[in-house]
Amino acid sequence: MGVLLIPRLTLTLTIISLFIFLSRSSSQEILINNAERRIDLSTHIVKVFLTLKFHPTNCVWINMYVELMSFFQVENIGTNAVSEILLAFPPTQADHLAFVEALATTGKRKKKTYVPLVVKPTELPDAPNETKYFSISLVNPLNSGDTTTLEVLYVFTHSLEPFPMEISQSESQLVYYRDSALILSPYHIKQQTTFIKTPTTKVESFTRLDPTNRAGTEMKYGPYEDQPPYSYSPIIVHCENNNPFAVVEELVREVEISHWGSIQITEHYKLVHAGARHKGIFSRVEYQSRPSFSGVSSFKHLLARLPPRVHSVYYRDEIGNISSSHLRTDSQKSDLEIEPRYPLFGGWKATFIIGYGVPLQDFLFESPDGRRYLNFTFGCPLAESVVDKLTIKVVLPEGSKDPSAAVTFPVEQHLETKYSYLDVVGRTVVVLEKKNVVPMHNTVFQVYYTFNPIFMLAEPLMLTSVFFLFFVACVAYLHIDLSIRKGF
Amino acid sequence: MAATLGSSPSDLLSNLIPKSFKLKTKQQELLIRVSILCLVYILAFITRLFSVLRYESMIHEFDPYFNYRTTLYLTEKGFYDFWNWFDSESWYPTWPNHRWDPLPGSHGHGRHHLLGPPVPPVHRSHPGTALIAICPGYISRSVAGSYDNEGVAIFALLLTFYLFVKAVNTGSLAWSLASGIWFVGFQHVQSGEHMAAMGVFFLMQVFYLLDWVKYMLSDTKLFQAFLRITVGSAAGVGAVALGLGMASGYISPWTGRFYSLLDPTYAKDHIPIIASVSEHQPTAWSSFMFDFHILLFLFPAGLYFCFKRLSDATIFIVMYGLTSMYFAGVMVRSKGKTTTTGSTRGTSGSKASSRALPDQSQPFQKNGAIALLVCAFFLLSKYVTHCTWVTSEAYSSPSIVLAARGAHGNRVIFDDYREAYFWLRQNTPPDAKVMSWWDYGYQITAMGNRTVIVDNNTWNNTHIATVGRAMSSYEDEAYEIMRSLDVGYVLVVFGGVTGYSSDDINKFLWMVRIGGGIFPVIKEPDYLVNGEYRVDKGAAPKMLNCLMYKLSYYRFGELVTEYGKPPGYDRARGVEIGNKDVKLEYLEEAFTTSNWIVRIYKVKPPNNRW
Repeated sequence: MGVLLIPRLTLTLTIISLFIFLSRSSSQEILINNAERRIDLSTHIVKVFLTLKFHPTNCVWINMYVELMSFFQVENIGTNAVSEILLAFPPTQADHLAFVEALATTGKRKKKTYVPLVVKPTELPDAPNETKYFSISLVNPLNSGDTTTLEVLYVFTHSLEPFPMEISQSESQLVYYRDSALILSPYHIKQQTTFIKTPTTKVESFTRLDPTNRAGTEMKYGPYEDQPPYSYSPIIVHCENNNPFAVVEELVREVEISHWGSIQITEHYKLVHAGARHKGIFSRVEYQSRPSFSGVSSFKHLLARLPPRVHSVYYRDEIGNISSSHLRTDSQKSDLEIEPRYPLFGGWKATFIIGYGVPLQDFLFESPDGRRYLNFTFGCPLAESVVDKLTIKVVLPEGSKDPSAAVTFPVEQHLETKYSYLDVVGRTVVVLEKKNVVPMHNTVFQVYYTFNPIFMLAEPLMLTSVFFLFFVACVAYLHIDLSIRKGF
Repeated sequence: MAATLGSSPSDLLSNLIPKSFKLKTKQQELLIRVSILCLVYILAFITRLFSVLRYESMIHEFDPYFNYRTTLYLTEKGFYDFWNWFDSESWYPTWPNHRWDPLPGSHGHGRHHLLGPPVPPVHRSHPGTALIAICPGYISRSVAGSYDNEGVAIFALLLTFYLFVKAVNTGSLAWSLASGIWFVGFQHVQSGEHMAAMGVFFLMQVFYLLDWVKYMLSDTKLFQAFLRITVGSAAGVGAVALGLGMASGYISPWTGRFYSLLDPTYAKDHIPIIASVSEHQPTAWSSFMFDFHILLFLFPAGLYFCFKRLSDATIFIVMYGLTSMYFAGVMVRSKGKTTTTGSTRGTSGSKASSRALPDQSQPFQKNGAIALLVCAFFLLSKYVTHCTWVTSEAYSSPSIVLAARGAHGNRVIFDDYREAYFWLRQNTPPDAKVMSWWDYGYQITAMGNRTVIVDNNTWNNTHIATVGRAMSSYEDEAYEIMRSLDVGYVLVVFGGVTGYSSDDINKFLWMVRIGGGIFPVIKEPDYLVNGEYRVDKGAAPKMLNCLMYKLSYYRFGELVTEYGKPPGYDRARGVEIGNKDVKLEYLEEAFTTSNWIVRIYKVKPPNNRW
């Protein structure tokens, strides 16, 4: 079918793009043969898997993950080689977009291999309705008639809007998800399907755009044929979601390196239940005696995944230790199960601090050019949580020079100075800040710096010399006779 | 030199130490003294760490939370702001003008050594330092986490006395100045309680003046006349000044606490708020033994030796010992002060007796000395084990975290107080006012960071009585009071689920008494049945429907607390409650902690009138 349609599609596309995208030659030349989008609403982090497919020889797949995963097959039908593919987002979604990842697939079936591609935001001068774009750079430019398959995963946060906004303790939480049944794309899409996975089978209502089917926890929009660029058809899904809406409003992680053998990490959390607000009374007797009906949208247990071989773990807040935590360690990872002081209902907040130490040799290495680098995990150790604002402070030892950080995605960086015990010139602190962080950001980053080991001796020397001087003073005092009389 | 003058320990040392390191006697003494002191300090420090190891580094009692908060303010905002601090988080809406009672500092540990030297002028009392360092009576006030002024106060007291005795011994003006105006400030001119000291001071002046005049005047008759006139006019002027001072309010009258120090039964009859504090109760004999152990027996022995070698300094010590012993008997709170004197006496008692024996040439002299030493060693080691046990078991548990043994012998922690305070801190509006019984006031402001109606600084009895009245009224009357005080949340402590006995129902009698003391509408007999407070079916109807009862037992009737008992079985009092169907009209349950120890209710806004 694709083969037959191509000439006509080429024509229409060319005409459309002539009108709409005169400035952008590449757009007109790309055709998405098949797009499959899987939207996963099962947690509060919406993942979209998008797969874009082009004809076997002419295609790009884009696979989109709120867990939105779309599957695009992209085909170059123009005459010029195309080196980048555009993803389009309506402005409301773009504000909540936390993460985009694109993979090019090669090979078939079981021999499929994935090549990660560079994705970066771009601007188009004549974007309709303030559409935001991301461009995916292909490894090999797509020549005319070539196809490729792209899998794109993108993640939205704060996209499930609780409705009703306030619920009582016995009610379960319902949320709205708004999107378009048709994939917003600057390209012509020949065939597309969208699957939406809801957390439970309880769906209050959803917009129909035939063909639409619902079975169990899955809804299917499509397949829709031959949609021109920028087709948009808003849908709304109103479904139950009682998963913990754990949002860390602010997380400050301080990583303090000591060349004496340990890295000390202190994490300050400001946690909030971002779901439907709790209304009216909180009854302990209901909460205790009917756990399956009462407070289903609340949460009490949190899991923090810490590196293996952690030691000196603590969990506290401003008013002292919180006794409800368990640490399980094995050679691969350490799981810290923590409970806030009270169960979190919608709108309730809790702040706490987790601290731990890890052995230096696990995370600090020496690069071939003689510099040292810290290889540490970005993101938030709490499982399935969104961080609105993440600050990572890497406190380098006193005397370190030329710090630089290498992170795979854009973050704000600056330097600070911190004074700790017995510091004279202060420690250099590399501060990395990022908003809207999701678990997909838990990748490693590096901080490089130069350090002369002689500085390690500064503090012990200071201490010993102070004691030495003290004793010298004592000895002097005992041996010197300060009396004015002549002592005979 | 060392060889000729050295005593037996230096001979021993000279054998051990090579010739080139040989020390002079004075240096050896200094070395030994310093090392003993260091060891005592370390011991005092370590034994106070039990609480940190058992629990965590946290503040234990109710009161020190205020000290903590002021310290925090001082460190964050600086000294200048601290003097101008207007604390808006307590005593809403009648804030006290200024509260500087505590200038908190760190703990003063075993500074007893300072008092030691002047007493037996030559032999400094290292054993005394060691005894006080681990004495439970002192530890109860100075464990790590008891962030109170008493730890500092005892040190300040001892330092003042040390300086005083030193001044007496040396006659130096510098020492007496140092002892005089150090810690007491201007209290001795302004407060009625310190008038006696003031009077003594004036008497001294008059006495020395007269002495001087007597010396100057040779004629006895003339002196007699002068004496009559001076004494008469001095007494007259003093009385007039005192009367004027009292009338104008410059000199404060005696407070209830002071009265109850003089007469232990005073508070019970007149000021329920002082009687309601467990610290202000008379001390039981057993607790003297518990806190002082052998010191209690060594105390009279020490007194005996003080009398035997009477000097100005020992007279002072005897006076101090006896008065502090009396005050300790009257009020539990003063026990800490006795500790110091107790151990001083105890020390000199034990030491003197152990030294006395070898001096006299008796038969079996050597054997007797050995037997005595063994006895002393046995007693002292008993003392050490006792102190360690008391410290670890009794005085190292914070009142804010409760620990119990679970069914399998494991330790169960009830951290409900902090659960509730942290909930208040995070989930209530920042300007919310919390009404609770005053015991929890400091904790709510320090941990919950919310404004309270009354707190542990019991400066305004009327205000506390208002809260007591609200707690003991019917819900609709209480609602009016709470509206007038702008109360947003009400916090009650309830031990019915866990069997925690110092909860608000057990404190309820004081709420009624204090409330009734100011507001005659609250009559204690309304709550009593045969002179008893009861919560079961036989309770008085007013009891079953007052606010405190309702807030404590709201929906408790649905809960089975103990196997084999009916629902609504109160484990703290061991009865089935009398009113299981508690309905709230003006309040709603906002939060209850996991073990129900703290329950917080929200005061509903008034209904809209159409």
